[in-house]
Amino acid sequence: MSASNKRAVRLSTPLDPAALSRLRCGQEVLLSGTVYTARDQAHRRLVDLLKAGKRLPFDIRGQVFYYCGPTATPPGRVIGACGPTTAGRMDPYMAPLLKQGLRAAIGKGRRSAAVRALLKKHKAVYFLATGGVAALLARHVIGRRQVCFADLGPEAVVRLTVKDFPLIVGIDCRGRDVFRGEP
Amino acid sequence: MTPRFPLVAQDAARRPKRRTRRGCTITQAEVRDAVAELCIRANIVLRPDVRRALKAAQGKETDRRARRLLGQILENARAAKNDAVAICQDTGLPVIFAGIGRDVDLRRLDLDKAVQEGVAQGYRRGCLRNSIVRDPLGRGCPGFSPCVLHYEPTAGKGLTLTVLPKGFGCENKTQLRMFDPTAGQGAVEDFVVACVEQAGPDACPPYVVGVGIGGASDTACLLSKKALLRPVGGRQKTASLEKMARRLMRRFDALRIGPMGLGGRTTVLGINILTHPTHIAGLPVCVNISCHALRSAHVRLK
Repeated sequence: MSASNKRAVRLSTPLDPAALSRLRCGQEVLLSGTVYTARDQAHRRLVDLLKAGKRLPFDIRGQVFYYCGPTATPPGRVIGACGPTTAGRMDPYMAPLLKQGLRAAIGKGRRSAAVRALLKKHKAVYFLATGGVAALLARHVIGRRQVCFADLGPEAVVRLTVKDFPLIVGIDCRGRDVFRGEP
Repeated sequence: MTPRFPLVAQDAARRPKRRTRRGCTITQAEVRDAVAELCIRANIVLRPDVRRALKAAQGKETDRRARRLLGQILENARAAKNDAVAICQDTGLPVIFAGIGRDVDLRRLDLDKAVQEGVAQGYRRGCLRNSIVRDPLGRGCPGFSPCVLHYEPTAGKGLTLTVLPKGFGCENKTQLRMFDPTAGQGAVEDFVVACVEQAGPDACPPYVVGVGIGGASDTACLLSKKALLRPVGGRQKTASLEKMARRLMRRFDALRIGPMGLGGRTTVLGINILTHPTHIAGLPVCVNISCHALRSAHVRLK
């Protein structure tokens, strides 16, 4: 699953809807471009803002969320350990975010049936990153910039620039789920 | 007549004064620095028994993707050590066990304070994650401490310190069940298998499973966590527990959850079962699951 993996599909952001619709669940992907870290508390705040009819602090249309709260950055490095967290906890927030234009999410573990249906409806994709290989994934992050919610510490939203970030398609935009043995 | 048991404590002044022998004097700073070092080591250097179990599993795995994922996990361990970056971004809630030997002089040692300072220092210095919120309901901005600290007297000498940084993806899968005393071993085994099956792909398999049986509810929970400190792939304390562990391992393999939950035979790397005497009316069982990144480090101060 390293960069030399020949079977993997190369994707870059902004994600092209046509390329996204060609992905099949279980397929390996190397992603390059920008992703936004967001986990529990950031999701809660973003959805609270949407509920209150307010503008989000950044444009999520066409973007990728990475469910990740990195460690502190060691001196001389771009980022510390930065693996995925359990995606299921973000399930209740998916509807308003996808409606707002979110195109993909990266995490680990299963999603609910409701999320599968939502991904299909909005032609969005759920990617898996390998859990617990955070030092390896850190080597694929080449840039970072703080975006908002700095007071949340590791749960702040940070824009990461990634190169050949190794992923597996968990749920494709037809709603097929690798954990259900599909297709 | 002298009562069989003295009803009132003897007047302290009349008690013969015991000569105080010099105990093992460990300073506040020694404990603090040792804990800081353990936090960093546990989070950055994978336990050798876990690494060996992963290597063995990779050799036996037949599913190609599962084998590649195990390779990725082993490669990550090398990257973490080489780059001095944490194995996992969830550097856990540090659960610390302090074993206090009989010769340890605690009169000038505020153990709790020293340990908490050590955790905060180690986590900051090691560039680990501030994952601890002071108010579990109000949440708020996370910090580096306080950790969870368990003290216990030990028969040996000196102060033993063990740091287990427990990630919460897997900690959230902990289950406690209070069985009827007549439930039988089969029901207990079914429960352990169900716990792993329910954790499924979510908590970073392949897992290490800790089982605590007996005592009161709190004992079972604590034993299940202590079970994670025992060597992965080691033998159980009794022959019957060893048999039980082997039966369970066969059933785990049959679940075919595999690394990341994407299939394969490697679902559990190892299991450890610890027991404690319990009450005639009950049979508490707790299952504590660890992700493949089972981390801990240990030291003895003299």
